[in-house]
Amino acid sequence: MEGVQLNLISKEKLERMSSMEKLRMILDSVKEGKIVVLESGLSPEEETKLIELTMLEIDHDNFVGIEVESYPPKESFFSKLFGKKSGRLTLIGPANRVKMLSKQKDIITAMVQLGDR
Amino acid sequence: MGLITSLKARFKSMFRWFFKKDKMRIGIYGPPNAGKTTLANRILRDWTGDVIGSESEIPHETRRAKLREGVRIEVDGKTLTIDIIDTPGIATKIDFHDFLKYGMSEEEAKRRAKEATEGVIEAIKWLDDLDGILLVMDSAEDPYTQVNVTIVGNIEARGLPLLIVANKIDLPNASPARIKAAFPQHAVVPISALKGLNIDTLYRTMAERFG
Repeated sequence: MEGVQLNLISKEKLERMSSMEKLRMILDSVKEGKIVVLESGLSPEEETKLIELTMLEIDHDNFVGIEVESYPPKESFFSKLFGKKSGRLTLIGPANRVKMLSKQKDIITAMVQLGDR
Repeated sequence: MGLITSLKARFKSMFRWFFKKDKMRIGIYGPPNAGKTTLANRILRDWTGDVIGSESEIPHETRRAKLREGVRIEVDGKTLTIDIIDTPGIATKIDFHDFLKYGMSEEEAKRRAKEATEGVIEAIKWLDDLDGILLVMDSAEDPYTQVNVTIVGNIEARGLPLLIVANKIDLPNASPARIKAAFPQHAVVPISALKGLNIDTLYRTMAERFG
């Protein structure tokens, strides 16, 4: 069956992983053409590190980068107090396959192509 | 920003006030083609009479961070001395095919793409050595992109003073209000760096935020 593999990673699994483990798992999957959905997203520091690692791995032929989309972070009592907003559902895929169509407060519409764009 | 983060940021700013540096290092950040170099050039033209880099409609024109030291800005009797760092645009993808449509050869486009990836890393590294950020966004584009969200989240986590510049208000479909709605926790100054619109308000706000 032809298609695109989706890896949905639970919040519990993400909480057990170190930052580097998460980033490596994301990049390895995306470079294989898979789409990764993180139930609880990444921290801003992890997102920045992911951009850095992505730039190091772009080879201009097979891998041109990633598409990342997530909902706006939610403000909770604890986030107001400590400033740490909990990450929300985040989709990460190869930039040549995933295209974000629109993003609203609680709806992300994205297109996934079977072949390379 | 949370209460404790906000207190930490306030403490940091008090610390900065007590141990005030002679000059602040201000980084100009944003996605590609937001007008970062146009803004840097506008500031330098207004206060030093020269420019920092070339402007272009082709994305990733700035692929190395550029530093200009000791720029003196005087507003309402207040003097602000800053070092300006014009950084390459931050992106999550760089495809050399995107440059081909501007008439570049494949070799040239691939070289530009490679330099652009290095530029993104350099821009991120510079965040460790800054005292404040001007985050430039294109008012005619959707501000709620992952790159903007990531930069804002990172600056908040570092407790650095941030000023969002809603650029390109001279365009017919510009909507700085959309940027204000997307980032209500931060000061947003609508300007046109190209035409110089509302630029005095930007200098006044910079003096308040970074002075």
